[in-house]
Amino acid sequence: MPRKLWIGLTLFLVIPGLLLTLSCAKKTSTIPRGMDQMMEECVETQAVEAATVTESQKAMEEESLEAEAEKIAKAARKQFVNEDIRFDFDSSVLLRKAQEILKRKADWLRKNPGVKVSIEGHCDERGTNEYNLVLGDSRAQSAKTFLVDMGISASRFSTVSYGEERPIAPGHNEAAWEKNRRGHFVID
Amino acid sequence: MKKARLTIFCCVGLLWVLANPNPVSGEYDYINITNPFLKKIPLAAPVFKAVSNHDKELALSIKASDLLADTFNFTGYFDILDRGKYLVDPQQTGILPSDINFGNWTVIGAELLVVGSVLIEENLIKMELRLLDTFKEQMLIGKRYRGTEENYREMIRRFCSDVISLLTGKEGIFNSKIAFVSNGSGNKELFICDFDGYSPKQFTQDKQITLFPSWSSDGKWLAYTSYKNRRPDLYIRHIKENRGIIVSKEGINTTPAWIPGKFELAATLSFSGDPEIYLLTGNGKITKRLTHNRGIDSSPTFSPDGKKMAFVSKRSGSPQIYIKDLDSGNIRRLTFHGRYNTQPNWSPVGGKILFTSMGNGSTNINMIGTDGSGPIRLTHDSGNNESPSWSPDGNLIVFSSTREGSSKIYVMTAFGTDQRRLLNIPGDQTNPKWSPRITIN
Repeated sequence: MPRKLWIGLTLFLVIPGLLLTLSCAKKTSTIPRGMDQMMEECVETQAVEAATVTESQKAMEEESLEAEAEKIAKAARKQFVNEDIRFDFDSSVLLRKAQEILKRKADWLRKNPGVKVSIEGHCDERGTNEYNLVLGDSRAQSAKTFLVDMGISASRFSTVSYGEERPIAPGHNEAAWEKNRRGHFVID
Repeated sequence: MKKARLTIFCCVGLLWVLANPNPVSGEYDYINITNPFLKKIPLAAPVFKAVSNHDKELALSIKASDLLADTFNFTGYFDILDRGKYLVDPQQTGILPSDINFGNWTVIGAELLVVGSVLIEENLIKMELRLLDTFKEQMLIGKRYRGTEENYREMIRRFCSDVISLLTGKEGIFNSKIAFVSNGSGNKELFICDFDGYSPKQFTQDKQITLFPSWSSDGKWLAYTSYKNRRPDLYIRHIKENRGIIVSKEGINTTPAWIPGKFELAATLSFSGDPEIYLLTGNGKITKRLTHNRGIDSSPTFSPDGKKMAFVSKRSGSPQIYIKDLDSGNIRRLTFHGRYNTQPNWSPVGGKILFTSMGNGSTNINMIGTDGSGPIRLTHDSGNNESPSWSPDGNLIVFSSTREGSSKIYVMTAFGTDQRRLLNIPGDQTNPKWSPRITIN
């Protein structure tokens, strides 16, 4: 029994040793052994060093990108809120430019799926405030319908008409009226 | 005991005791009903006689007789003759018909004469008022009132009301009120004043935008739009009791109009994605949809029998007035002139509809027959004139106008004559609505 154990133990130690020697001999066929070991060590250190650099560089880059992305996101949000769509007098038809703006708004809403929006419809001072309150509602509805057709869920929108009650431009001329006939977007 | 008697006087209010409680009825030839404003009746209204002639009595006498002259003037039926032209002072003579030399009044052109007396006794006032026909040398109405000093206004109002009933054969407007929007506080809030602009009182305290008051036909409820919850909701509120409801559907809840004689109203709601007119109970429950048209339908107003509804629709491409027969469902277009006709208001005595028309840079008030006859324009070259609303007798029109700069409330006759400002309070006033006759409790 003890003899058998000794043989087993010897095999266990010798065979892996042989295998190791074989593989080393194969690799280092042209390069002296000592150097090979040194080189390996060196490469290893370099590799480790290189890895360390890239990782720290990567972290730095990610940070600056994040800030940049945040800046872009903020600007996009700002544009979403500040960019009104305009209408012709007594009309809730979406003009070409209004449609372009609404497409941008749809993109932004797709990228910001959690956001809910209140669409305000406004009118200029001309005509009666009774009719304008209803017209403002039609304007807000037009914008909402367009955005829903662009694939944004209707449940993300509410509409509020202010009619002619909340002008942003105080004048009594076409320049002021044009600014006041608007759809405005507020993030809830 | 004395205090108890006083209280009874105050509670009962005013008593009239003089003879002739139901004066000659059927004498309508004084005022031509078809156009009462064509020829105004010259009326003399001298200062009432202060019976014991002390300062306080005299002051009240002047105040009351001025109010009487103003009130008669307000109706548009009378030409109040200038007191400077009077040949005699009833202060010096008597006020009984037998004391009066009618020749002194006919010679200055007066066809009617109102004489009165005021007596102050222990904080109570007694006022006697007589309407006399100077040509027939006849008393047409005589009344004696008793009450506290604050009641003098009510006394004058009741007397004028009786005079108008006698002369026109119709109940007057003296128990009516006017609701309107004013932004004097910095926000648009509802106010209510008497028919002649007296005692304006703030009705809402929403500190938001409040618009479009509409009176229920018993005068007890006001429906209106308020942004109290940051969106245009419909409020239906009891005027005296603190109760009511809010209709708050998605979109707009606006332009309410009550159906005469019913606790029902119509309003423009856009929860379907499109503004349509619906019928609601006074409790805010939707019972029926009244319009079915893609695009704007709004601003309902009802015929006196409640069977027809005029409203604004853009179905032809521009806002125009249409009439819907509620039984048959038939709809016909009423206005064809101009490209912007809105704010219809159906006369409470029928036949005519007021509306506003925008053109050439301004908005003006027009009147059209319910059969499309007319239309005639009632305001000219005087800024923007909007929101016309009939008085309950169909003789006067209240509206807003920017003729003096900021928007104020004005009154004119149904023929467009006698346009004058109703009241002078700070801020812009808009969206006036004349109440029906309000029964005194």
